[in-house]
Amino acid sequence: MSQLAEPQPGVAQDDAPILELRDAVKSYGAVRALRHGTIALRSGEVRALVGENGAGKSTLVKLLAGVIRRDGGEMLVDGEVVDFHAPPDARAAGIAVIYQEPTLFPDLSVAENVVMGRHPLKGGRRIDRRAMHDEVQDLLDRLGVRLDAERPVRGLSIADQQIVEIAKALSFEARVLIMDEPTAALSGPEVERLFGVVRALRDRGAAVLFISHRLEEVFEICSTVTVMRDGEVVFAGDTADLTTDELVRRMVGRELTALFPKLDSEVGPPVLRVERLTREGVFTDVSFEVRAGEIVALAGLVGAGRSEVARAIFGIDKPDAGAVHVGAKRLPAGRPLAAMRAGIGFVPEDRRQQGLVMDHSIQRNVTLTRLKALATFGLLRGVAERSLAAEWAKRLQLKYHRLDDPVAFLSGGNQQKVVLAKWLATDPKVLIVDEPTRGIDVGTKAEVHRLLSELAQKGLAVLMVSSELPEVLGMADRVLVMHEGRITGELSRAEADEESVMRAATGQVVVAA
Amino acid sequence: MPPAETETVTATGRSAARELLGRWEVLVAGLLLATLIVGQSLSSEFLTADSFTTASLDLSEVALIALALALVVVAAEIDLSVASVLALSSAVMAALWNAGLPIELIMPICIGVGALCGAFNGFLVAHLGLPSLAVTIGTLALFRGLAYVVIGDSSVTDFPVAWTDRAFGNFAGTAIPNTMILFAVLAVAFGVLLHATPFGRSVFAIGANVEAARFSGLRVKRVKMWLFVMSGAVAALAGVVISLRNSTAAANVGQGFELVAVAAVVLGGVSIFGGKGSILGVVLALGLLGAIQKSLTLAEGISSYWVQIVIGTLLIGSVLGPNLVRRAREARGGSTTPRRGPWPSRRAATPNAPQH
Amino acid sequence: MSTPAESAVAPQAAIGSRSGERARRITEIAFRVRELGIVLALALLIVVTGILEPRFIGAGSLRNLALNAAIIAILAVGQTLVILTRNIDISVGSILGLSAFMAGSLLSNDPGLPIPLVIALGMGLGGACGLLNGVLVTFGRVPALVVTLGTLYIFRGLAFLWTDGRQVNAETLPDRFLNLGTDSLLGVPILVLFALVVVLVVGQCLRNLRFGREFYAIGSNPEAARLAGIRTDRRVNTAFVISGALAGLGGVLFTARFGTVDATAGTGYELTVVAAAVVGGVAIFGGSGSVYGAALGALLLGSITSALIVLRVDAFWQMAAIGALLVLAIAIDRFVSLRLEAALRQRSSRRATG
Repeated sequence: MSQLAEPQPGVAQDDAPILELRDAVKSYGAVRALRHGTIALRSGEVRALVGENGAGKSTLVKLLAGVIRRDGGEMLVDGEVVDFHAPPDARAAGIAVIYQEPTLFPDLSVAENVVMGRHPLKGGRRIDRRAMHDEVQDLLDRLGVRLDAERPVRGLSIADQQIVEIAKALSFEARVLIMDEPTAALSGPEVERLFGVVRALRDRGAAVLFISHRLEEVFEICSTVTVMRDGEVVFAGDTADLTTDELVRRMVGRELTALFPKLDSEVGPPVLRVERLTREGVFTDVSFEVRAGEIVALAGLVGAGRSEVARAIFGIDKPDAGAVHVGAKRLPAGRPLAAMRAGIGFVPEDRRQQGLVMDHSIQRNVTLTRLKALATFGLLRGVAERSLAAEWAKRLQLKYHRLDDPVAFLSGGNQQKVVLAKWLATDPKVLIVDEPTRGIDVGTKAEVHRLLSELAQKGLAVLMVSSELPEVLGMADRVLVMHEGRITGELSRAEADEESVMRAATGQVVVAA
Repeated sequence: MPPAETETVTATGRSAARELLGRWEVLVAGLLLATLIVGQSLSSEFLTADSFTTASLDLSEVALIALALALVVVAAEIDLSVASVLALSSAVMAALWNAGLPIELIMPICIGVGALCGAFNGFLVAHLGLPSLAVTIGTLALFRGLAYVVIGDSSVTDFPVAWTDRAFGNFAGTAIPNTMILFAVLAVAFGVLLHATPFGRSVFAIGANVEAARFSGLRVKRVKMWLFVMSGAVAALAGVVISLRNSTAAANVGQGFELVAVAAVVLGGVSIFGGKGSILGVVLALGLLGAIQKSLTLAEGISSYWVQIVIGTLLIGSVLGPNLVRRAREARGGSTTPRRGPWPSRRAATPNAPQH
Repeated sequence: MSTPAESAVAPQAAIGSRSGERARRITEIAFRVRELGIVLALALLIVVTGILEPRFIGAGSLRNLALNAAIIAILAVGQTLVILTRNIDISVGSILGLSAFMAGSLLSNDPGLPIPLVIALGMGLGGACGLLNGVLVTFGRVPALVVTLGTLYIFRGLAFLWTDGRQVNAETLPDRFLNLGTDSLLGVPILVLFALVVVLVVGQCLRNLRFGREFYAIGSNPEAARLAGIRTDRRVNTAFVISGALAGLGGVLFTARFGTVDATAGTGYELTVVAAAVVGGVAIFGGSGSVYGAALGALLLGSITSALIVLRVDAFWQMAAIGALLVLAIAIDRFVSLRLEAALRQRSSRRATG
């Protein structure tokens, strides 16, 4: 905690933090999202903020950005106590936030996105388009990126959109730059370009708060690190004093392996066969098999095309070439219903948008995949619906008040159980799970892992897309690693470790399996 | 009635709002009762069999249209072309009658034409992914225009008396018009379809979250297509009914019916953003509209022009009221959730199925 | 564990620049084509009709054409503002009716009333109606479609109550007022001048003022607009007030042009006005489009009607033709944007694998 020096009132120090948060508290209803939010950012510092999902990082960021207001504690800018009521207040204080998904205006030009609300003016309060263009083009050039200020933002890659966000921050001379998982959707070279920009900003005296799940990036770009766990800041110090293992231990606060109880199971014949599946510009020539009783992980960096492969297998997107077989049956492309009938269940990446109808009840969500089977002469049998939902709620130990409650009332972990229930109710042969434990609490996470393991033991073929390396290593019988749309490695349980997976994920080696 | 009473689909994550919305039908029924009482105090002719007959006859076609439209709106789409389909159906009826076809054959043809119109809308919306609001404003003009192309500004009035009597008359000596019997049958049919079948469940899921519906293996395009086909067919049926009931088939019938039907649907508690609502609510809202209309026309000393003002106010109030109650609750409870804008979420829309 | 930076950065920049230019070209063409398309369609319509029936390109005929489109164009400008913010205003026809009758009855009661005052009153009345719409949408959080459907009834009902079955006749109106609808200034009909001024003023504001750009920002991404500190509620209110005020202006001009006004004036205009904006390339979900496009859309819709009359095509085809055009315009817009997306996906694919 030595880094969090108490600033002395009235004494101006060179290393006084630009932005400081002390013992901030934030609750959502009964849930304490943040208990001791303490962080300080100094000029010329790139600080990492790390922690597991749900550790309270995004709550802390939202406080700093003025999106939400704290319940307790205090915030200081240049040693003065401040209170942000809305995002523009934070911006006025020189704080810029770059979210994982940039908030830009797709219909407007890059230049206009940068200067929105602060356009340079000429006589008659008219917008000086030339000055606007020159100013923004100059900013972009200074950032060392080739981007035309006049083109519309629609169609820009996520990486370029982040550059636009950074240019926006520079244009109002932000002194604090908060980057919320900026590299999650970037390819290797794009990450390098971003880091170049971040270093340049740091050298000019800005303070950067860098949030990332990729620890190697933390060690590459950050000089200091703050670790959060269960809504609390548990560590702050220099990265130079730490090893990766020490950092991970501080993040999880326990030994890793205990979390993932994968049981050995008997591996049967191949159930899911994917052959040379290709979707132009997204993934290429993806082939693999998943056998009964086996958990196969699809690993790789975000943006490598893993979720896209999962979507294509289930028929959400239509592949341009290749085939998917379940058993002996070839699936028609782009037909989720056919995939479902052939015995595929799909727990998608985005629980709230894709997995569930949030406003609808638990019962309705569970039965959504079984409507035909629950109807007699075309009419739904209310009793059968209820008993099906109740049965699965019991089997998955769902914590709920009433089956008629909207799933929006449930915690993230219980919501995920509802998604699992809705697919297990179809009695699938293959279960595709995309980020099965994203954003759910530790306890439920272990339950989900045990469940997947039990299902595999009973002969289900499981394809698991996951960005969490410990999960991949703990759960999978086999690991397929993707890099930029291709499978670059296939590793057995024995071969797979952090290093081998990461090497394949960054495209450094191609393992012929 | 269909098991609409059990319909307690909820919009927000708050139990208070949920209960309020769950009781929306109760609220509309209460308003209907109040209107009946006030209407009777304004005019002694109000609560009579005769006044019921005329009021319900006047509303027949809008009522039919509103039933199918309700399903379209629950699926988060809209069909503004219904009144034009009605007119086209009427025009086709006139033209075929002039051509000497038997009326028993003409009627199914008209309904078929309406279904085709609906299929055209459905194709543009479900398969090309165009916004239904814009598409059906276009086909509103297109179908009405085609009605004029078919029959011009002439009209046909010599339909067989047996059929016009059927459309105008009452059911088996009661004060209930035959058209209301037709409406009741369709209301039950649509109620069952929406609330008790897999199809209806899909409609709710699609309206609430089209992406989740797709990820659950529901055939979104096919469901939307059918909804528009049904909407077109029912509108055409309404066209047949209005032509027989008035003994006049022409291209200019039913101007503005689409807006009255939308008003009835929204007043009935169907969310304009989709995902919730009930047929019972729509039926009650239609009753309320009819009662207001009739009581204000009968009332002496009150201009019947108030009808439109009252309906417009009710329509806005039906959404505004619950919103204000919720805001008041939030203000008192000091809610932590950020305020939501008046826009539907764009994230919820997939490229293939834009919402409006 | 670092990737070889030195090899990655340089080629990346080169790829970025090449594909950037390509994307720019594609999008530029797509955006220009939209307004160019209407101009072309308009030119084609006038030329073809002119060849088939030379009377059509006579001065009188073209003048009529412009006159017919003027009022719709004025309303379409207001509608564009509202649609840009991802809302819709279908009460404009009723507002026009109210204002038209007010102008008529004011002037027949007191023929000496100065015309600018009548115009100001009409716009004031319309603006007040628009403010009601705006407040219900922003403060009441009621969807714009529901609000303006409701006020469509309410304003029309008020017009009926007010007129109580009466109508204003041309004979009771002062000539200097009726001349507004028929006279010309420097060869341009005054009505058309009104429309031109409205289109140019609003068009320039939207393009050149910070205030104007915020409408686009709100429609393009409401959440981002809020984060950027734009007072979105206030802007949405402004859009509705301007839409209402312009409908009010349209009402006064309606009375000047047609002389005879009753409570039904402007019935059904809302759909024509929305159609004009959509044909003119204003995206129904907000964020893109221009008032020039909307005005051109109004002109195109008007021209089709006139051309069909001149060509002695059965008048009954007019409405069907307009409907077909509207559907076609929406479908083409969709097609173009799909092609655009496909082109950009190809680009990113080359980038990912290249």
